[in-house]
Amino acid sequence: MGGGYISDEVMEQDKQKLLQQLLEKHKAGQLKPADRYNIPPQPMPEQDPNERTHNVNEVALGYTETQARLEALRCLGCKNAPCVEGCPVRIKIKDFVAAVADGDYKNALDIIKENSLLPAVCGRVCPQEVQCQQTCTVGKKFKDPTKAVSIGRLERFVADRGLAVAGTATIDPRFRGDRLAPAEAGEPETSLAVASETGMKVAVIGSGPGGIVAAADTRRAGHDVTIFEAFHKTGGVMVYGIPEFRLPKAIVQKEIDTLRKMGVKIVCNFIVGRTRTIDRLIKEDGFDAIYIGVGAGLPSFMGIEGESLIGVYSANEYLTRANLMKAYDFGKGADTPIALSKKVAVVGGGNVAMDSARTAIRLGADKVYLVYRRTKKEMPARIEEVHHAKEEGVEFHILQSPKRIIGDENSHVIAIECLRYQLGEPDESGRRRPIPIEGSEFRIDVDTVIIAIGNLANPLIRQTTPGLEFNKWGNIIVDENCKTSMEGVYAGGDIVLGAATVILAMGQGRIAAAAINKYLAEKKSHQ
Amino acid sequence: MPHKILAKKQLSEDVFIAEIEAPLIAQARKPGQFIILSINNEYSERIPLTIADTDPQKGTISLIWQRVGKTTAELADLQQGDKIANVSGPLGRPTHIENFGTVVCVGGGIGNAPLLPIAKALKYAGNKIISIIGARTKKLLILEEQFTKISDELIVTTDDGSYGRKALVTEPLKEVCQRELKPNQAFVIGPAIMMKFCCEVTKQFNIPTQASLNTIMVDGTGMCGGCRVEIDGKPKFVCVDGPEFDGHKVNFDLMIKRLNAYKEYEQKAHEQYLKHRCKTGLDKYI
Repeated sequence: MGGGYISDEVMEQDKQKLLQQLLEKHKAGQLKPADRYNIPPQPMPEQDPNERTHNVNEVALGYTETQARLEALRCLGCKNAPCVEGCPVRIKIKDFVAAVADGDYKNALDIIKENSLLPAVCGRVCPQEVQCQQTCTVGKKFKDPTKAVSIGRLERFVADRGLAVAGTATIDPRFRGDRLAPAEAGEPETSLAVASETGMKVAVIGSGPGGIVAAADTRRAGHDVTIFEAFHKTGGVMVYGIPEFRLPKAIVQKEIDTLRKMGVKIVCNFIVGRTRTIDRLIKEDGFDAIYIGVGAGLPSFMGIEGESLIGVYSANEYLTRANLMKAYDFGKGADTPIALSKKVAVVGGGNVAMDSARTAIRLGADKVYLVYRRTKKEMPARIEEVHHAKEEGVEFHILQSPKRIIGDENSHVIAIECLRYQLGEPDESGRRRPIPIEGSEFRIDVDTVIIAIGNLANPLIRQTTPGLEFNKWGNIIVDENCKTSMEGVYAGGDIVLGAATVILAMGQGRIAAAAINKYLAEKKSHQ
Repeated sequence: MPHKILAKKQLSEDVFIAEIEAPLIAQARKPGQFIILSINNEYSERIPLTIADTDPQKGTISLIWQRVGKTTAELADLQQGDKIANVSGPLGRPTHIENFGTVVCVGGGIGNAPLLPIAKALKYAGNKIISIIGARTKKLLILEEQFTKISDELIVTTDDGSYGRKALVTEPLKEVCQRELKPNQAFVIGPAIMMKFCCEVTKQFNIPTQASLNTIMVDGTGMCGGCRVEIDGKPKFVCVDGPEFDGHKVNFDLMIKRLNAYKEYEQKAHEQYLKHRCKTGLDKYI
């Protein structure tokens, strides 16, 4: 930061001036679309790449109030609001952005919370460029989705202000500026309202995004809700998977605290299927309805030679060691070790691959190669994560994929042998199929390989729940209300969708909760 | 909810047994299953441990562990009344128990602990039980008395001959397999190298053999994949597919190498802990 401080301040003053001019025009109803197009897209303030690779603090620091209002003023307020169509949970984006432009952040948060319970999370981890921002008219005008209104950043701004109101500062104070300045004290927390007790019991299995939403929504209806979590800490993928530098754990904790305040019971170290079967939860423990949101299962491997060598990790294991178990502090308190790698190959092109690569950098690797068999265009990762990974020194090896992993006499990884690929015709996913180029083998020397190519379904519930129907991939079959083949049992997120996002899991948690509330209301009326 | 230690005993130089409160696990647990614990919440590692016994009425489970690294040493330093922050389980698929006829149960070192409940259940199912239990030396031999009670025949070995027969367990195992009435089924639990050689023996005699694998794990619920082993050339996960596998199909050489993946780190952590222990006077405590 240091030397940049004064110029930052000058820039901020310029922005404030611009904002004042625009607001005057806006209030007078004279802000035309052309004026809005002329507002420069507001960049996200970030930790300097050279600095951030030596810490695990959040990279994106969040908009200042001035930036947020400038960005919000870029929104044209389209009548048909195509952004809302692009949102999996149909947040009234146009309305909340308008509220930000007006400086009414409380209202903006309320509007978001009508549809989404976890805006501080989703504002950070949603793939906006293929959802709301993909359909944004402003982005289309510039033929560039990164120039769309930054809906995700605005969502985060609004949510972080809400958290600041509640007294949860999530960001290193050095970087805070006015970003988390507490708004007017005494604003009520609307999400805490709970209906009178119904006496019905709901079990929520898994405390990830889907489980949190299902628990909140069923608790609001007055049911007696218990979350069962297999790990010793709550939050699911938001805690074991997504790294601190992308999603501070304090934010997730805050959401869990809210659930507790609402009266949701939380039981950790409870493995449904093993500690108790679903059948016993219903018959012996008297749960009237169950939501299964157990998340990702067994990591996929490539099925190539050498995947069992020492130094080959699934991304799940690597990230769990680093995030949940805090292996970055090994020897400084933490007991869980992780390979102190010098040269790392990460295989895959999704967010999990980026998280793994950037974690490896923070753990001190000199070289991190991201090996992906298609091109950057086909990468499922968020554009911002790809950009951050590059800034942090991750080297992208596109159109390449390992053919085998090579070990030394002690079975430690020493290299990967890759093949080069070219793109052929589109496959069933609509992406161009990668075709290996014969005879193109070459070697990259590495000591660690992280496989980040997705997950299979978790087999635990399947092994222990006769009567529950699964598809051939082991995912639970549900109807449009997330209802399974078992009476009173609902499911959502990765265990249903295979590979989902936080927002999709959250959306299903909400659908299931609505269906559970309806089911329990009917059940009660028959009692 | 923390788990209180109700009783703790030292079984041999480095082997300990503790009875801890865990009512839900005590109710659900079947032979062959294990738990994962971490001593504190923030920084402790998660380690898989054997359930040696349960008392569902009392709501307790008994854990047996060998002091080999930092966490097992820290656990050994806990006393009656202390609490363990996290215990989750029971994990793994329970052992398939049926009346096979004659079963040979082979245990080595700390492996006798998970073997005992399996042997008990097999006995209860009507099997004739031949137990072969071994240890490096007399001081490390555990659970002999308990095995005497449930075995139709018990053979005890030590590597150094300080007690029982001076032999590796594979030697009497081979003799048992050579008998006219050879065992119908074998169960082997112990160090990977011991299981490897036991399985080689039983394979020669075509005796179906279950081996219980003790790999490195993090979550234990089928998420991290750290526990993967090669069974018949294919990857399997010990936590959800095991811990027992057809011993004749396990790639033990690979498993042994993977078990050593963090050896240096473990030593470092253990040394640090011992130093810290001296400073705080814990070393005089025991």
